[in-house]
Formats: sequence, C-alpha cells, structure tokens
Amino acid sequence: MDFENIMKRIAPPSNRPVRVKPMNQSAIVIRLTLLSLVILTIIGFFTYDDTDVGMLEGITATFTNFKVMFTEPHFNHFTFMEGLYQVLVTISLALLTTVIGAVISLMLGLLAAKNLSTPKISNSIKNFVAVVRAVPTVLWVLIFAIAAGLGSVAAVIGMTFHSVGYLIKAYSESFEELDDGVIEVLKASGANWWQIVWQAVIPSSMTYIISWTFLRFEINFSVAVAMGAAAGAGGIGYDLFMASSFYLDLRELGTITFYILVFAILLEIVAIRIKRHINIT
Amino acid sequence: MQVNFFFKKRLRALLVFAFLVSVTYGGIMITEYDVIKGFSSIPMAISWGVTNFFPTTDSFEHLPKILISLWETILLSIGSATLASLFALFFAILGSNTTTINPFFATICRFIATLFRNIDVAVWSMILLFSFGQSALTGYFALFFVSFGFLTRAFIETIDEVSNSGVEALRATGASYISIVIHSVIPSSASQMLSWLLFMIETNIRSATLIGILTGTGIGFVFDLYYKSVDYNTASLVVIAIVIAILALEAASNYVRRVII
Amino acid sequence: MALLELFNLSKRYDQHTIALSDINISVNKGEFIAVIGPSGAGKSTLLRCINRMIEPTNGEVTFDGVDLLHVKRKELRRLRTKIGMIFQHYHLVNRLTVIENVLHGRLGYKSSVVGALGIYTKKEKEQAIQLLRMLGLADQMYKRSDKLSGGQKQRVGIARALIQDPKMLLCDEPIASLDPNASKIIMDYLQKISQSLGITVIVNLHQVDVALQYSDRIIGVSQGQIVYDGTPTDITQEQIHQIYGSDFDDLMVEMNKEKHYAG
Ligand SMILES: Nc1ncnc2c1ncn2[C@@H]1O[C@H](COP(=O)(O)OP(=O)(O)O)[C@@H](O)[C@H]1O
Ligand SMILES: [Mg+2]
Repeated sequence: MDFENIMKRIAPPSNRPVRVKPMNQSAIVIRLTLLSLVILTIIGFFTYDDTDVGMLEGITATFTNFKVMFTEPHFNHFTFMEGLYQVLVTISLALLTTVIGAVISLMLGLLAAKNLSTPKISNSIKNFVAVVRAVPTVLWVLIFAIAAGLGSVAAVIGMTFHSVGYLIKAYSESFEELDDGVIEVLKASGANWWQIVWQAVIPSSMTYIISWTFLRFEINFSVAVAMGAAAGAGGIGYDLFMASSFYLDLRELGTITFYILVFAILLEIVAIRIKRHINIT
Repeated sequence: MQVNFFFKKRLRALLVFAFLVSVTYGGIMITEYDVIKGFSSIPMAISWGVTNFFPTTDSFEHLPKILISLWETILLSIGSATLASLFALFFAILGSNTTTINPFFATICRFIATLFRNIDVAVWSMILLFSFGQSALTGYFALFFVSFGFLTRAFIETIDEVSNSGVEALRATGASYISIVIHSVIPSSASQMLSWLLFMIETNIRSATLIGILTGTGIGFVFDLYYKSVDYNTASLVVIAIVIAILALEAASNYVRRVII
Repeated sequence: MALLELFNLSKRYDQHTIALSDINISVNKGEFIAVIGPSGAGKSTLLRCINRMIEPTNGEVTFDGVDLLHVKRKELRRLRTKIGMIFQHYHLVNRLTVIENVLHGRLGYKSSVVGALGIYTKKEKEQAIQLLRMLGLADQMYKRSDKLSGGQKQRVGIARALIQDPKMLLCDEPIASLDPNASKIIMDYLQKISQSLGITVIVNLHQVDVALQYSDRIIGVSQGQIVYDGTPTDITQEQIHQIYGSDFDDLMVEMNKEKHYAG
C-alpha cells in the first residue's frame, strides 16, 4: 500500500462502520453540564412570576424607556458639577476599599501561599477566605451597618471584606507560581523569610499583583455604585436610587447612567492598557 | 552607574508610595470616612455578631420559605447567564477579528457588548424597574444584560486566543464559514467558554442578592425583610443559606473545570 | 501548460511594508520547489497570496488555468480544495481527535449544511484511516491531537492536506519547529508525495542545506523580490550570500555546526 493507492481509493472496502469521535470524559462532562444548565434555564422560565407585567409588554416598555433615557437625559435634582462630585465620591469609596484591601491581602496572601507558609496556615486562610467571598458584598455592608450605622464606614469595611477575600486568592495563587528553585536557592544561601519575600516573591509577582489589584478596583467601582443604591454608601449610586425609586425620573436616570458608563469605560481602557503594558515588559 | 540604578529604583518606589498615600488621603476626605471608627467598628461588629447574628430554633421555621426563594434566585442566575451565553456566542463570533464577517460589523458588536457590560447590574435593575416593576423579570433582564456584555468580551478573548490557527487551516482547505465555526472555533473554545459561563453563574448569584434588595424580589428581598424587621437570627439563616449555595456551586464548577480543561 | 503562474504579484501591508513586489513565477506540475530567504523576506506572504489567504495588492495568479484573483467566493473555495496547505505550527484543532482533524480536509467539498453537521462518507473515513496508517499514525487515530509530538502533528497536517486530493501543496516552514530527525521524516514524505503522486510542492524553508538536498528548483526571496530562480546545483555561494544578506555569516556557522554533527 502506498500513497498512490490511497489517493486512487482502491483499498479493499470493509463492512465495519468507521468511528470518528470517541467519547471521552471531558466531552461527556461538557455535554452533561450544558444539558443541565439548559434544563434549569427552561424550568426557570416557568417559575418566574410575570403576572404583573408580561414579558413582551415589559420588553417593549424597556425599549421606549431606553430611548427616553439616552436621547433626552436632563439634570433636575443636581447640576453637572454636583453629579461629577458624586462620581468622585463613588470612585473614592472604591479606591479606599481597594487600597486597604490590597495592603491586608498582601500580608495574608503571603501566609496563604503554599510555598511560603505551612500547609495548615495556608489551608485555613484559604478556606476562611472562600467563606468570606461567598457572602455577597451587600450583605457584608448591611451586617456592618448594624454595628457602625449606615454610611461610609460600614460601606468601606464591608466592601473591604469582600475585596480581601478576592485579592488573597488572586495574590496567593500568583505567589505560588514562583519557581520553587528560586526559593530554594535563596534559602540555601541563608536568606530568611522576609528577605525571600522582598527579594524574590514580591518583585517577580509584581505584574500580577498590579493587574489583579486594578481589576479589583474596576470591580469595586461598580460595587460602590451598587452600595450607594442599596446600602446608603452615598455617591452616584444614591442619586441613582433616588432617581429610580423616589423621583421616578427616567431622564435623570439617563444622565446618571451616562456618568457611570463613561467612568466605567475609562477604567476598562486603563485596565486593558495596564494589562498590555505588563505583557510587553 | 550601579548606585544610580538602585537610587532610581528606590526613588520610583517612593514616588508610587507617596502617590498612593495622598490619593488614599484624598479618598478619606471626600468620602468623610472615619478611620478610627472604621477600625474600632470591626471588633464591635464581631462581638455583636457573635452574640446576635446566628440562627435560633425559631428562625428555622422560616427555612422552607428561605429555601424556596433561594432556589428561585439560583434558577434566575443560571437561566439569565445561560441564555446570555447563547447571544454572547453569536456576538463573539461576529465580534472577534479571527472569525468576523466584516471588520465594521465586528466593531459594532464589540461596542454593544462594552455598553451592556459597563452599565452595572445595580443600574440595570434600577432602569428595568420602570418597565418590569417589582417582578423577577427585572432581575432576570438585569443579570441577562450584564452577563451578555461580560461573556461576549470573554468569548471574544477566548476565540482570539485558541482558534486562530485552526481557522486558518480550515479556511485554506476551502471549508465554508459555518463549517469553520463549527469544526474549529467551537471545539477549540468550548471548554473555556463553559468555564466562563460557570464563573458568570457564580457571579450572578451574588448579584442576584443585591438586585433582590433593590427591587424587592428573590432571596435578597427575604433577607431585607428579616433585616428591616430586626429579626437578625433569621437574617443570619438567610446568609448561611446563601453561603452554602455559593460554596456548593463553586465546588461543582471547579470539578467540571478540572475535568474538561 | 503551467499549473501555477504568478504575474507581477505584489503585496503591500501598509505604507512602509511592501512584502512582495513584482513576483513572476511559473510552476509546472510535479515540481518540488523550495523558497528560501531570511525571516521577513516575504516567504509566508508569497505562499498565502497564492491561495488568497492574504489578498494580493496587485498582479495575477493563475492556477490550473483559472484566474484566481477574480473568482467569486464559492469558486475560490472550490479551488482551495485543490491546494493543500501545511503550516509551521501544524494548525490542528487541538481538542479534536487526530482522525477528525484529518477529515477536516474534506470540508471544502461539502455544502455548508453537510459540512456543518460533520457528515463524512464511509469512503472518506476509510481513506483517512489509510492515510494515517501510511504516515505511521495508525495507533494515534483516536488520540486528542494535542497529545502528539511535533513530528506526529505535522504528519496529521500532511494527511489533512492529502485527503483534499490536491494538485499542489503549499508548505510554510513545515520543519521549522521540529528536531532534525522529525524534520527528515517530514521532508522525505513530502518528496515521496511529490514523486509518486505528481503533486506540485512549494515549500518555504529557512534551512538552505535542506532546500539544496530535496528540491528540483530553488527560488530565493529577499526583501519581497525574487533574487534567484534556478536549480539547486547552479546556485553559488555568492548568490546564497545575496539572498541572506547580513544573516549569511550566522547561517554559515549553523551549517558548519550541522556538518560537524553529521561527520
Ligand atoms: N499582517 C501583516 N501586517 C503587516 N505587515 C506584515 C504582516 N504580515 C507580514 N508583514 C510584514 O511583511 C514582511 C514579510 O513577512 P513574511 O511574509 O511573514 O516573511 P517570512 O515568512 O519570509 O518571514 C515582513 O516585513 C513582515 O513584517
Ligand atoms: Mg514566515
């Protein structure tokens, strides 16, 4: 048998059907997962209570509302500068939370990294943090508000909790990517734990740390908007809540949406820049 | 030379540090954040939590009600993310430079996704409150829009990352556009896309709690009810239920991820 | 009549990068042509302009008597089925099995619907199996293709191209990522294909010695222009020097090293 025969297709035909796609575990799990998700989606459709507003009715109304919001935004309860200031408050909330969260996470992240800590400490921090992360931010803020009262203190502390949960996971995983050999060499040369951390671990994970932290800042901006609306944290989120639930002012809601959109997109562009810059260097 | 190098490095670190400190200080001023109260409130909150924030036997009477709305919220999160992933797949294929039909179209697809993603779920739910009122559909569409925006971007990145080479090879064999998508783009990116979808579902459950508080639906509403009526024992039971649900879901997704990658 | 003719072919990516200028080549059936030149010379661009994976800016491409640059999309697809392509990085769909990857070579013959559903005839499947057997991959048939070694992946690439029933193979640096052993296996297969099936093979190569050893004809490209077109026996040291410019000395060092190993 050679190429010539194969190309002329004169090989003896067989009767067995030819199998092309054997099922492996991965393919089965992908299919099963998708199937379950689709089934749950369909079950969901039948359970939503849409007695008040029909689906179609709502969708048409949404389109009309979009048009009003985005084509006829106006200022009613605050001026342009006041709005800008409220956005600044929201950004400050996000910033404060991110900075405090990053400092705490950096320390605990070192202890949570398997290669820099004992298995016991590492695991207990990681498990604790998994639980912290599982509590939605808004609940953290509301729980703290009982002790500290609604306002920026509860908001910052509550949001920090969730940020810390997120950043410790991200940081410790970056630390764990460090080549074991490097740590060994430094240990062999008599360096102590702090020296290893400052000379090897932090410098080599710096790029990850920066991009994860900025990513969290981006997330915290939208969390801060939400906390303004849901948990009395102030800022543009509070205006959002008032415009929607109190004044029922669709046009002002449009204005607020524009504010948030512009800043969120700006942050995203900066994040992409940072990511690209880090990838290059 | 060398002294200079280390000096410059130190100087840069110092400048970055000074910048962060001053920006943080500015943030403290603007938000009127009380640093001392902030720190002192943590032990206060903990001691309050230990003495008040736990479920009692009475609160377990409310468990069926809590579980029903938790189930609804989970369905809402899964349903919105799954449906959104379908739309996102479509937009991502048209929006990725690897597979787009034309570049102008791709830009439009990406722009739409950017718009949807960057309007936060809180904003979406406040907007949709106008058209759907206090119904589950408000939350459903808010989650759907954000999931759609996020997943479109994630899927585009996935396609660009993993399907470039396969697409070129199939194009060279003369395969049709649809064949290329089905035999190259989908198989090579399916597992990563599924992983993103699972991530989105996890995120959505957390967001759904927030939306529930804002719009008076689902598990968020139930929490708010007990919270506002100062029944902290039952409120804590709600939190525990949410935490268990999210951890279970995370464990399930992690299992799936491990197997399929 | 020539199988492939390029007439005044040019490609400019942007104002500053003119990747190809005024390329004229005539290729006969069954020829084994090596295109050599330093990296950035325009070799990949040249190959991709032939099957319009890259749209040329100017000129003409005639393949099998058809003016390739002025055909409709559907006709282009039909013509592409007759041109197999082999890539440096294999370009397999990693998560699919080896045999699925081979069968991809048949998609161009199918309507959108049939192709999309992945319906292959029994004959096609059997042919795929035979090709794989021929290329020494019988045991790997149902493996995921990312589990293979580089040399094995490239053989899958060859099978995918052959199942297209092509008249011509375009190979873009097929051995640049392979070790010497695997490189030799791949080049031997390409030679055998060309000789026993009369398929025209155009192969971009970075290594001059391999080009000299295998090809019937060498085309030297430098800065987007053809600077040599002739037999491997006629080419002189000076001409190689001209093709590679300042990279030449590095190249000689490498060649000497290889001779050293061989001896
Ligand atoms: N997509 C592209 N856009 C712009 N310039 C390109 C692109 N692809 C290749 N080039 C440029 O065209 C020239 C030829 O490239 P190429 O054909 O890849 O050379 P070779 O394959 O010989 O290394 C190079 O200068 C390269 O930088
Ligand atoms: Mg090249």
